Amino acid sequence: MSELTELTIAEATRLLRLHSISATELVAAHVEHIARVDPQVKAFLRFTPELYEQQAEEADRKLKREQGGLLTGIPVAIKDVLCVKGVETTAGSQILRGFKPPYTGTAVGRLFDEGAVMLGVTNCDEFAMGSSTENSGYFPTHNPWDLDRVPGGSSGGSAAAVAAGEAMIALGTDTGGSIRQPAAVCGVVGMKPTYGRVSRYGLIAFASSLDQIGPFARSVEDAALVLEAIAGHDPLDATSSDRPNDVRRDFDKGVKGMRLGLPREYFDVEGMEPGVNAAVREAIKALEKAGAEIVDVTLPHTDYGLAAYYIIAPAECSSNLARFDGVKYGLSVQDVDNITDMYMRTRRQGFGTEVRRRVMLGTYALSTGYYDAYYLKAQKVRTLIKRDFDDAFAKCDAIVSATSPVVAFPIGSRTEDPLSMYLCDVLTLGGNLAGLPGISVPCGMSQGLPVGLQVLAPQWREDIALRVARAYEVASGVKAEVASVG
Amino acid sequence: MAPSPLRGEGGGVGREWEIVIGMEVHVQPRTRTKMFCGCAIGQLGDPPNSNVCEVCMGLPGVLPVINKAAVEACLKTALALNCEIPKHTKFDRKNYMYPDLPKGYQISQYDLPMSVNGVLELDGRQVRIRRVHLEEDTGKLIHAGDKLHKAWESFVDLNRAGVPLMEIVSEPDIRSADEARDYAQALRTLLRTIGASEAEMEKGQLRAEPNISIRRYGTDDLGVKTELKNINSFRALHRAIEFEVKRQIEVLESGGTVVQETRGWSEAEQRTFSQRSKEFAEDYRYFPEPDLPPLELDRVWIEDLRRALPELPGSRRARLVSEYGLPAADAASVAADRDLADLFEAAARASGDNRRTANWVIGEVAPSGKFPTPEHLAEVVTLVATGKITRDQGREVLAESINGGGSPSEIVARRGLAQVSDPGAVRAAVEAVIAENPKAVQDYRAGKVRVLDFLVAQILKRDRQIDRSLANDLLKELLG
Repeated sequence: MSELTELTIAEATRLLRLHSISATELVAAHVEHIARVDPQVKAFLRFTPELYEQQAEEADRKLKREQGGLLTGIPVAIKDVLCVKGVETTAGSQILRGFKPPYTGTAVGRLFDEGAVMLGVTNCDEFAMGSSTENSGYFPTHNPWDLDRVPGGSSGGSAAAVAAGEAMIALGTDTGGSIRQPAAVCGVVGMKPTYGRVSRYGLIAFASSLDQIGPFARSVEDAALVLEAIAGHDPLDATSSDRPNDVRRDFDKGVKGMRLGLPREYFDVEGMEPGVNAAVREAIKALEKAGAEIVDVTLPHTDYGLAAYYIIAPAECSSNLARFDGVKYGLSVQDVDNITDMYMRTRRQGFGTEVRRRVMLGTYALSTGYYDAYYLKAQKVRTLIKRDFDDAFAKCDAIVSATSPVVAFPIGSRTEDPLSMYLCDVLTLGGNLAGLPGISVPCGMSQGLPVGLQVLAPQWREDIALRVARAYEVASGVKAEVASVG
Repeated sequence: MAPSPLRGEGGGVGREWEIVIGMEVHVQPRTRTKMFCGCAIGQLGDPPNSNVCEVCMGLPGVLPVINKAAVEACLKTALALNCEIPKHTKFDRKNYMYPDLPKGYQISQYDLPMSVNGVLELDGRQVRIRRVHLEEDTGKLIHAGDKLHKAWESFVDLNRAGVPLMEIVSEPDIRSADEARDYAQALRTLLRTIGASEAEMEKGQLRAEPNISIRRYGTDDLGVKTELKNINSFRALHRAIEFEVKRQIEVLESGGTVVQETRGWSEAEQRTFSQRSKEFAEDYRYFPEPDLPPLELDRVWIEDLRRALPELPGSRRARLVSEYGLPAADAASVAADRDLADLFEAAARASGDNRRTANWVIGEVAPSGKFPTPEHLAEVVTLVATGKITRDQGREVLAESINGGGSPSEIVARRGLAQVSDPGAVRAAVEAVIAENPKAVQDYRAGKVRVLDFLVAQILKRDRQIDRSLANDLLKELLG
C-alpha cells in the first residue's frame, strides 16, 4: 500500500506545496489503490477519469504558480446523490440510470473551486434511504474492516472509500445519521453540519427539512477543512444561512472547563452492544481526564424521535420523489396503456422495496383525514425534541454518546426486518430533527470493528463539536486508520 | 360565513332561482422572471422549452427561491383590495402527478395565504375577497392528434412552468353574469392601475373561473356548484355563466341533481361540458414547502407599498365626476385605464374644456391605443372647438402629431388646413350635391334619414375643409 493513500489533507498539502509530489502522482496513487481494493470493497459506483485527469493537471498548474486553494490536488469521492455536471448521478437508483445533470451542485462546486480532484461517485442506499448501503439499486458495498459486513449507510460508499484509503476525503449526506453512522462503523470521521450551514442545491432530496451535506475524512482537522470549503450562504438555497463560517476558531483549545452532557436515554437505548458502550465510556473518561466536566442530562422525548422521524422523512420523500415519473429523465417504461400506467410501471420497476415502502408511508401520512394524526403530530414531537436539546444545552456545552448502538453488522442480517434497520439511527436522528451539528470520531474497537463517538453541539456551533472531537483525538491518540483490505 | 350584502337580478332568468357565483381569478403578475427561478417569462409563441432551466424543469437536486417582485405585486394587489396581510405567510406543496407539472407538486399557498378578507368595489356595490395568494403555473401539453384520448404522442412545453400566478378568490357574492363580467373587468382595471399585472385575458394573464350554483330565493343554503374553465374573454365569461345557469335550472326543474364538477367552456359550441367530476376528487396532500422558510413580511415594506399605491379606479372615477364634471359613464371609461385617465387630466387642464377633452380621449385615443402628449391633445381639442379645423381634420392632425409631425398648430400651418365656414361656399357645395344625387334626395324625402350621412360625405368629398356641422344643418334645411 502506497503511503500516499494514507495522508491527511495537511500532510498532502505540505508535500504538494513543496513539490515533493504532484497532484497527478497523488491521484495516480489513489487510482492504483482503488484498482486493487475496490473490486472487494465496491465503494464506487463509477469513476470519473475525464474529470480527475483534467482536475489534477489544473491543480499541478496552480501549484506550480503557488496559487493553490484549500484543497488543491486533494482526491475526493462524491456520494451518488450530489449532482455533478455531465457525470451520471443516480441517487443509487435504477430510476435515474443514465441521468447526467446539466449542472453542478453548490457544495461540490465549492470543493472544485478549492482545487479538489474528483475520483468518482460512491455507492449509497437508494435515495439515501437506509443504514447499510444494501438498498443500493446497483450492489452492496462492503466494510473495509470486514468484507462480510456492511459499511453502514446511507453514505456507506463514501465512508468505505475513505476508510480503505481509496479517497482522502468524501462528501456524504445525513438525513437521520447517514454520514455519522457509516463513519462510526467504518472507523472514520464524519460530520453533519447544522441544517442550513451547507447549501443543499444539487443534492437529490430525500427529506428536505432534514437533509444536510457533510464531509468524511480520516482526521477531525480534515473534516473541518472540508466543511469550511463547502459551507456558507448560497442564493440558490433559501434555507442556507449567512452566518459566519468560522468553524475552526477554537479548534485546538481543548476541553478543559467544558461541560459535556451524557443523555441518560442515549445510554439505555434498545440494542446497545456492551462492547460499544465500553468503548464510548472509555472515550468519555479520556475527555474527563483532559479536563472536561461530565454532567448528566436528559432528552425525555427520545423514544418518540424515531416514530416522528419515520413520519416526517417519508412524508417529504413521497413528495420529493414524485418527479421521477418517466416523463423527463431516467427510466421511462414504454408500451404502456396510458399515463397512469406509465407512472405505475416506471416507478414500480425503477424504485426498490425500501423506497416504495417510504413513498407509501409518506403518502398515507399526508392524506386527508390522517394528516393531523400523523404529520402534524410528528411535527409537534419535533418541536418537543428541539426543546429537549435546548434544555440539555442549558446544562452543557456539548452532548456525547455512541454514534451507533452497534458495530457493523453482517451483510443481509437485517434486510428482512426494516424496523431493526431503522433502530440504527436512534442516536443520530435527533440531531437531524433539531437541526444540530454532529460529528462522529473513531473511539476504539469492539469485536475487532470500529466504534464511533458522537458529539452533538447547539445549532451553528460546529466549532464546539469540532473542538471536542479534536480534543478527544489528541487526548486518546486514537486515529482513523486506513483499513487493510484483502 | 356572513350572508352576502347583495341581492341580484337573477341574470334575466326565472325569478324563483337565485344565482350564486364566487370567482377564482388567476392573474400573472408583472415580473421579468419566474416565481422560483431566474428564467425569463418569455412571450406567447416562443419555441417550446426555450425559457427553462434546471429549476423550472424540476430536475433532481434543485431548489426554489421566491421572486421578490412577485411578492410585491401580490402585496400591492392585496392592499388595493383592502385585504388584511397577516404577519406570517408560507408556501405549501400541492401534490398531484401530471406531465405538465415537472416536480409532481405545485408550490402554492394553503392555510396561511399572503392576504385575506378584502373587498372589490363594483360601482357602489361590494364583492368580498376571501384571499389573494401566490403560486406557480404549470407547463403545457401538446398532443399529436386532436384529442387527448386519441393522441398517439404528447409533448411537454415547460415555458409556462414556474410562471408566477396570483390567485384572487372572491366570496360567493356575485348574483348574475353581468356582475361576474363587471367584477372581472374591475379587477383588470385595478391590476393595471396599480401596475401589478397587464391582465390581458387573451394572453392568459387573467383567467377567470366562476364557481356557479343556484338556489331558490329565500334560502341561505348554497346549492351544488360547478366550476367553469377555459374562458378566454369577458364575453365568453358572460356567455358561459348564462349557459351554465340555464343548464342548472333545467337539471333541477326536471327533477335532476347538479353534479359537483369542473366544466369546460367550448367557444366553438357555445356550451359547457363536463371535464372531471369531483366525486373522485384528488387528495392533494398539502404540506408546508420545506425548501422555503416561512415568510415574515416586513411591515415597513408593506406600509411603503401602501403609500406608493396610485389613486385607485373607484376613487378616481368619483373624482372625475366631482372635479371635472364628467358624466358617470364617461368617468368610468376614462378611469378604466390609468394612462388614459392621466392623459385626460393633463389635457383637460391644458385645454380648459373637460367634456370635449373627454370625448377625444374616449372616442379617439382609447380605441387606437396611440397616446399623444397632453399638450398636443389639448391643442387639437381647442382647434376643433373653436372651428379652426374640422373634426376630421383634427383626427388627422392628432395622428400626425403622434407620429412625430410636430405640434398640431404647426401641422395645420404647414398643410394649410382651415375649415371652410363661409356660408356662401358651403351653400354652393350643398346645392351641387343635391343636384347630383336626385335618387338620394328622393329617398331622404321618403323618410330614409340615414341617406343624410351619404350626402354629407359627398359634400366633404368635394371639399374636405368644409365645416361638417354647417353642411349638415344646411342640407337638412334645403331638403326639409
